Amino acid sequence: MDYSYTVLILLLPFLSFLFLGLVGKWLSHRTSGLIGTLTLGVVAILSYYTAFQYFTADRVDGVFQTLVPINFTWLPFYNEGLHFDLGIMLDPISVMMLIVISTVSLMVHIYSFGYMHGEKGFQRYYSFLSLFTMSMLGLVVATNIFQMYMFWELVGVCSYLLIGFYYTQKPAIAASKKAFIVTRFADLGFLIGILIYGYYTKSFSFDFANTAVYLNGAQPTVGPDFAKAIAGAGFILPTALFLMFIGGAGKSAMFPLHIWLPDAMEGPTPVSALIHAATMVVAGVFQVARMFPLWIQYAPNTLHYVAWIGAFTAFYAAAVACAQSDIKRVLAFSTISQIAFMMVALGVCLPEGDFTNNHESLGYMASMYHLFTHAMFKATLFMCAGCIIHMVHSNEMQYMGGMHKYMPITHITFLIACLAISGIPPFSGFFSKDEILVAAFQYSATMGWIMTGIAAMTAFYMFRVYYGIFWGTENVEYHREHQPHECPATMTVPLIILTLITCTIGWILPGTFGSYVSATGEAYHISLDWSVAGTSVGIALISIGLATWIYSGARQPIAEKLKATFPHLHKWAYHRFYIDEVYQFVTHRIIFAHISRPIAWFDRNVIDGFFDFLAWGTNATSQGIRALQSGRVQQYAFVFLLGVIALILMLIF
Amino acid sequence: MNFLSLFVLIPLMMLFALWLAKGQKQIRAVMVVGSSALLALSILLTLKFLADRAGGNSAEMLYQASFTWFEPLHIRYSVGVDGISVAMLLLSGVIVFTGTFVSWDMCKEYFLWFTLLSMGVFGFFISVDMFMMFMFYEIALIPMYLLIGVWGTGPKEYAAMKLTLMLMGASAFLMMGIFGIYYGAGGQTMNILDIAHHTGGAHVIEFSKQCIWFPITFIGFGVLGALFPFHTWSPDGHSSAPTAVSMLHAGVLMKLGGYGCFRIAIFLLPEAANELSWIFLILAGTGVVYGALSACVQTDLKYLNAYSSVSHCGMVLFAILMLTTTASTGAVLQMLSHGLMTALFFAAIGMIYHRAHTRDIRQLNGLMTVIPFLSVAFAIAGLANLGLPGLSGFVAEMTIFVGSFQNADTFHRVLTIAATTSIVVAAVYILRMVGKILYGKCTDPVQLKMHDARWEERLAIIVLIACIAGIGLTPTWLSHMIEGSVAPMMNHIGHVASQCNPFL
Repeated sequence: MDYSYTVLILLLPFLSFLFLGLVGKWLSHRTSGLIGTLTLGVVAILSYYTAFQYFTADRVDGVFQTLVPINFTWLPFYNEGLHFDLGIMLDPISVMMLIVISTVSLMVHIYSFGYMHGEKGFQRYYSFLSLFTMSMLGLVVATNIFQMYMFWELVGVCSYLLIGFYYTQKPAIAASKKAFIVTRFADLGFLIGILIYGYYTKSFSFDFANTAVYLNGAQPTVGPDFAKAIAGAGFILPTALFLMFIGGAGKSAMFPLHIWLPDAMEGPTPVSALIHAATMVVAGVFQVARMFPLWIQYAPNTLHYVAWIGAFTAFYAAAVACAQSDIKRVLAFSTISQIAFMMVALGVCLPEGDFTNNHESLGYMASMYHLFTHAMFKATLFMCAGCIIHMVHSNEMQYMGGMHKYMPITHITFLIACLAISGIPPFSGFFSKDEILVAAFQYSATMGWIMTGIAAMTAFYMFRVYYGIFWGTENVEYHREHQPHECPATMTVPLIILTLITCTIGWILPGTFGSYVSATGEAYHISLDWSVAGTSVGIALISIGLATWIYSGARQPIAEKLKATFPHLHKWAYHRFYIDEVYQFVTHRIIFAHISRPIAWFDRNVIDGFFDFLAWGTNATSQGIRALQSGRVQQYAFVFLLGVIALILMLIF
Repeated sequence: MNFLSLFVLIPLMMLFALWLAKGQKQIRAVMVVGSSALLALSILLTLKFLADRAGGNSAEMLYQASFTWFEPLHIRYSVGVDGISVAMLLLSGVIVFTGTFVSWDMCKEYFLWFTLLSMGVFGFFISVDMFMMFMFYEIALIPMYLLIGVWGTGPKEYAAMKLTLMLMGASAFLMMGIFGIYYGAGGQTMNILDIAHHTGGAHVIEFSKQCIWFPITFIGFGVLGALFPFHTWSPDGHSSAPTAVSMLHAGVLMKLGGYGCFRIAIFLLPEAANELSWIFLILAGTGVVYGALSACVQTDLKYLNAYSSVSHCGMVLFAILMLTTTASTGAVLQMLSHGLMTALFFAAIGMIYHRAHTRDIRQLNGLMTVIPFLSVAFAIAGLANLGLPGLSGFVAEMTIFVGSFQNADTFHRVLTIAATTSIVVAAVYILRMVGKILYGKCTDPVQLKMHDARWEERLAIIVLIACIAGIGLTPTWLSHMIEGSVAPMMNHIGHVASQCNPFL
């Protein structure tokens, strides 16, 4: 089957970016928006067609084939046959990601018509969206780790440009800078990981069959350094993988590299929905999943760290989310927490036992499943938040409350998404989260209960926000002034579409997701573990009830009382446990003040001073010697005489 | 007559025509015609070179020609090019072309010196004779003094004097080195290829002699390539120089250093290079990190870019000293990439300075809304500087890092990892600068009245951006062209990785 048309999936958004970027200035808002959206529409259709073609194709030995329709050497490295390729690779997870990205991106493109209406820089916005979509698609279809890194950097820059879209506002500038620098710092780990990996495996390719041969110590077929391969297998690969994971942790906002994501909410809300909820932030999860065959085979012990980092991040973010008052911040922390769930699911995979139909495959599948469902409902949540912000002109909950009267569609979609993220059946989040919990319980009971507890916190803070926005204390005066009403169709239609997906995907595909996406590529049948599912649903319902009890009323005595009882806890959680301040201290007070400034001073005064001293010294010496050339004949004659005497004396003795 | 000599003859004719030219129009006409001819010539040369290589001509240097010049010292006028010099000539062609448009309003005398400087640069890259190379190096150096001293800004006399004296001091080292090599190889030939391959009367240079001449030659060229700690002329010189001179200086002249280090110091003294490279590796590696860190706290735009140049040029020397084919290919790519992006940077800074009359980061704000074209150019230069994929910096840096990592010992690994941190620091200083001067709201009444780039400025900027993006998107042909010439040199040097590790 011919898949070479898939190159259009990358090419079209790139052309749209170039076109809008270069001539957008002379186009009307409407035209440029239409160009961007239509291009994306075509890309989405192509992606669906690819997925259809791919998943209906025959399996070979029960496994979907990994196809590489296009691959060429882009930048050759000459030693030891390494090369930097660009290409397209189709396998179950990349095809799944194609669906996720193109769907959410298309929805965001449509939604932005309404949300960004009349904004200055509308054309620029659409051109950046196109560039981002291209980069993200390029990242998921990468054939090798270096291509992934390249597009990884590109999505980082797009994220920078889009967070800083309102570039006249200080918080947006600071947030964009922070996002880029923090992720760049993490990417350093990724880059070093790639360098190590490339050196020891002689390849950047995701075709792990050959990699495995080198590292098992078996006689490799083509020109490898045999001894090096054996020496490398012990700790080199886990190190390389963990370094790559650091890059992934930066993009996916794992603790302690999460600090950029909440600030990134300064960007336009559709951007948050696309980049900072559904696609770019899961790149880290995707990267671990992509390298998963190596993780499970060569670095299972390092995988534990991934699991525990994920668990801690999930807890931390959930705790912070409970105390935020800015609705986008709450959603940002909830994103961090949910991505951490996916990381945990990958991390709890263990290599023991039968590789097929066992729990190690479950975690992988659960992670990808959750990635898929989360992208849909989290994008919905963000877009709903966008609708509200669009009407209220503020992110703060104090200006909201009672919105259910004014915006019924937004209200219902937000509620469904909240139920989904809380893990209430029959919405999609229930199915994927349940799988993660099952996998966590199989790993260890502790992990299982921790994750169940965090799931309960999720339900609590989501419903706190829900009540805060749609019920609770209404800011009547403010609403009278601003007259909120339902958003235009361009904004509500994407909400409805995404909500429909959330409502149906779980039970339309009961057990079938696993038959498409699994660690080994073989069909994996999902069966609900009703004991785990029952517990988690029960706990989630209790949390929702608790949130209802505390936050649904017009007056909230219990919330006030709680705040008053634990003032420090609230303050610390509100300030995100002061992690940002720690970073601020390290970068400004230590690196800038105690490294950069002294270096700059040293350069100007010591090194440069030395050369100035040389020049000054030469000059001073000349000044000194100048006295000898005085031009006075008597002095010359005197010196001459002295010389003659000296010579005579020397000749005599 | 060999057509490579046109690279020297065209500037000579331009000098003559400039002398005759009257009025700004004629001067501009001469400059535009001449620099376009040079650019066209360098593009044609590239195409012809690629075609000849594809046609199977695998000689080390193509289009060679040689005439006796000064018999007693065996100085000959010898020209020839390989992939590295073709890349450098292409770079020079682009920078001289764009530099002409950037210095649109300058007077006749300025252009005279500017053209003389270009002649030195082109002559340097086509030379195969050490002495001729040295001579063109000096030709390129002297005009710099006048260009900065007369048409510069700020403490220009001090900067011009400092730059010239330091580079002159370096050329004294260089002269020692060149004569050392000449006599060390038997005193029969100045031709680089002859000395390298022990033909034409040259014999192997004794190891002990190599160990003397290698550091001297390397420092001689290294000063121009901003080798730490001999880089301090660069911030002062660049910040005082007029725009086009900064472009030419950082874009091309600093490449003379890297090119010379590779072509003479390492290629002709291979054993010493293997033995002693670690010393310079430490210096270059220090420069990479040091330059980047001190760029973080600069407040003058030109100082910032000058320190960033120290970091990036340090990377060139760093990669050359890694002595692997990939790293050296990366070094040449980095020379090309840095030349283009720093030229773009200096052009944009100069144009902003010309309008706002200040280069202080703290006094500039919100330029994006006032002068969008220049601001976008500035932002692209910044992104190229921090290694955005799709622009040239990424290609060069990745080639260097992968190449450097081929040296498997701890010493090289640690240095490589230290050097990679510079890309994070680069992000810090670039984004800090971009955030401060381009974003935000412009409130200064003078700055609000600024007009955006004129057509000739736009032309220069567009050409530079096109080149940067061109290399960044399609690096394959360029990388192959350079590697085709680097690989034989590396084979010749016959590097043994462990040999140059002092801690093994």
